Amino acid sequence: MDALVAQLQMQYRNYTASLYQQGFLDDQFTELKKLQDDASPDFVAEVLSLFFEDCVKLIGNMARALDQTGTVDFSQVGASVHQLKGSSSSVGAKRVKGLCVTFKEYCEANNYEGCVRCLQQIDIEYKALKTKLQDMFNLEKQIVQAGGKVPQVDN
Amino acid sequence: MMEVCNCIEPQWPADELLMKYQYISDFFIAVAYFSIPLELIYFVKKSAVFPYRWVLVQFGAFIVLCGATHLINLWTFTTHSRTVALVMTTAKVLTAVVSCATALMLVHIIPDLLSVKTRELFLKNKAAELDREMGLIRTQEETGRHVRMLTHEIRSTLDRHTILKTTLVELGRTLALEECALWMPTRTGLELQLSYTLRQQHPVEYTVPIQLPVINQVFGTSRAVKISPNSPVARLRPVSGKYLLGEVVAVRVPLLHLSNFQINDWPELSTKRYALMVLMLPSDSARQWHVHEMELVEVVADQVAVALSHAAILEESMRARDLLMEQNVALDIARREAETAIRARNDFLAVMNHEMRTPMHAIIALSSLLQETELTPEQRLMVETVLKSSSLLATLMNDVLDLSRLEDGSLQLELGTFNLHTLFREVLSLIKPIAVVKKLPITLNLAPDLPEFVVGDEKRLMQIILNIVGNAVKFSKQGSISVTALVTKSDNRAPPDFFVVPTGSHFYLRVKVKDMGAGINPQDIPKLFTKFAQTQSLATRSSGGSGLGLAISKRFVNLMEGNIWIESDGVGKGCTAIFDVKLGISNESKQSGIPKVPANPQHANFAGLKVLVMDENGVSRMVTKGLLIHLGCEVTMVSSSEECLRVVSHEHKVVFMDVCTPGVENYQIALRIHEKFTKRHQRPLLVALTGNTDKSTKEKCMSFGLDGVLLKPVSLDNMRNVLSDLLEHRVLYEAM
Repeated sequence: MDALVAQLQMQYRNYTASLYQQGFLDDQFTELKKLQDDASPDFVAEVLSLFFEDCVKLIGNMARALDQTGTVDFSQVGASVHQLKGSSSSVGAKRVKGLCVTFKEYCEANNYEGCVRCLQQIDIEYKALKTKLQDMFNLEKQIVQAGGKVPQVDN
Repeated sequence: MMEVCNCIEPQWPADELLMKYQYISDFFIAVAYFSIPLELIYFVKKSAVFPYRWVLVQFGAFIVLCGATHLINLWTFTTHSRTVALVMTTAKVLTAVVSCATALMLVHIIPDLLSVKTRELFLKNKAAELDREMGLIRTQEETGRHVRMLTHEIRSTLDRHTILKTTLVELGRTLALEECALWMPTRTGLELQLSYTLRQQHPVEYTVPIQLPVINQVFGTSRAVKISPNSPVARLRPVSGKYLLGEVVAVRVPLLHLSNFQINDWPELSTKRYALMVLMLPSDSARQWHVHEMELVEVVADQVAVALSHAAILEESMRARDLLMEQNVALDIARREAETAIRARNDFLAVMNHEMRTPMHAIIALSSLLQETELTPEQRLMVETVLKSSSLLATLMNDVLDLSRLEDGSLQLELGTFNLHTLFREVLSLIKPIAVVKKLPITLNLAPDLPEFVVGDEKRLMQIILNIVGNAVKFSKQGSISVTALVTKSDNRAPPDFFVVPTGSHFYLRVKVKDMGAGINPQDIPKLFTKFAQTQSLATRSSGGSGLGLAISKRFVNLMEGNIWIESDGVGKGCTAIFDVKLGISNESKQSGIPKVPANPQHANFAGLKVLVMDENGVSRMVTKGLLIHLGCEVTMVSSSEECLRVVSHEHKVVFMDVCTPGVENYQIALRIHEKFTKRHQRPLLVALTGNTDKSTKEKCMSFGLDGVLLKPVSLDNMRNVLSDLLEHRVLYEAM
């Protein structure tokens, strides 16, 4: 059993480290993990699920706003992007946040093509992140089930 | 008895003839004797003074009695009565008495009378002498008057020519001269040239050599000297058959120069130049030069010298003043040109500053954003190069702008309290990567008495240290680099024109950076601190840089009242850069700004601390809540400003409000909360959570009455420190 735990732990460690290295996550995520304790054991998961819900909602808003035939209300798009940027920076979703920054610039420049492109990228990005984090959580669950403790991985 | 008759005619006998003659003589004697006193009385009465009246009376009595006697004698020739005889006897007795008395008296009187005569003679002589002296004094006084008048005339003008001309004219008038001439030395000093004459209107310009014996004679004494009328200096006109040329006197006139005057001495006589003044009495007159006239001439000559020197001084000072005025005008023009140039340059710089920085920032910002996106390795490399180059360019621009501001003197240090030890460690950590790559070990030695918290311009000091250490790394190929920091008092090794005196709450920091690199030729050391000059050794050519670094560092060091210099033993032997700067010692052990990390971070107990979180963004709201709950606070969450206002109460100690969304509505809450809680101790502390903490945001927060600003996302440690600081001080402004 211990060997399995050890193996799982190592797998987990590598995986998490790779997430940091590849720029999916940043320091904020580490901070988030620190807030998880016995009082709130699922804190991270809760926050992340809230974040992904937010993503869906905001991306939907933005798609709708950009879909207008005729005049596009860039300010509305900008407001949504701003929200998304805030959310992503709160959870440590590095890539998403970066895309939001670029997106915002395009909005301010009223660059329609740029906005559309960015939106697509954000969509792809958040989904990718979601998948990765899902895998990470599954690993955590396996470790816990195997009787081990989830190792602390800082970037 | 025969009748006596006074007629002469009766013929007397022979012995009666004799009697007759006696008779007549007696008669005449009597008459004379009577008339003498009368005459005496008459003349004495006429004259006012006659001291011997008594003698006169006596004498008169004597004579009268003698006369009487002789008169009475007339009656005694014939027989006479007894009365007559009696009278005669009385008269004779009296006469005898008086005569004897008179004779006795005369013995006394006659010497007196004689002495009167001698006194009279004596007084006459004295009078004559006094007359003579009077004459002399009068002459002298007149001379003096003439001199004063001459002096007045001469000194009433400061014009050289007028002075000399007036002298000659006045002298000629006073002394009634025939001719008066002035010979001036030529420029070469070898000849005397006839410069001024009295009578001739246009003197013939002719010269005599200065070494003539007669001239030497005159120049050798300060007195007027009589010279021969035939000497060359006195032969001014063609001799035209005058029998006797008038006597000639010559005197020297010293020409004083400013340079002759020492400060406390009289002018040296040996270096003087003289002019010659020649005065000629009218010919064919028997006049001779009197002593007082020659004295007059000497005095005049001296006065002329003084007047001439005054004129010379005046000329020089006028010339100097004109020169100064010209220089003033030129300087004024130059200053104005310089000002115009500076203004033009400042305008240019100001424009360039803005114009250049804007695109620069755009390039840097977008490049760094580009870096964040997904790129292929080649693209990443390209972007990194772009970023590096543009950073370098931005630094260069800043350097140039800084330098021009430094040179203007318009740069001022931004003083603040900071941790000196931390500064050094930061610099080292910045340089370490490059040093590690070049395999140059760097060591840092901080003196044990080096204060930790100091007051000074942190940014610029870092710039200086970075520049120096960076140079050390840049120009070293091998060896090690050591950075030493210590407190210095006065040190002999400092350059001689700089004295280090620690005052009060200040001290002088000395930093020595020693490397074993390329070294510097001692001759090149002064050039190091000049802008844009770099030692052109091929090895260092590739290291780039504009050569401004040291110049800027030097300027900063000077602003900090310090000094910077470089010592090197020569090329290839490494060099040591040393600088001193003045820093203040901070009294507080606490810095303002960055909150201190506690030595052993324990769970600061905020148990039950009621806080309110206002954030529109659900996710970040949740994260902030989690953060605060983890720290033990009791968190209330609101998602809008209205809700916040409704919910907030005096129980909440802190309100965290997100002000990320653009617009000022969020800030209004702060004002409304201020309005709601008028008493300060009831009001919760207001902290803004924002995505950027630049100066404008901070200022905005301060103006709206917020107690602090926090950068999102907040780390756990950060939040912990912030809360403890906040509760302790009731105010917090986190520096970036």
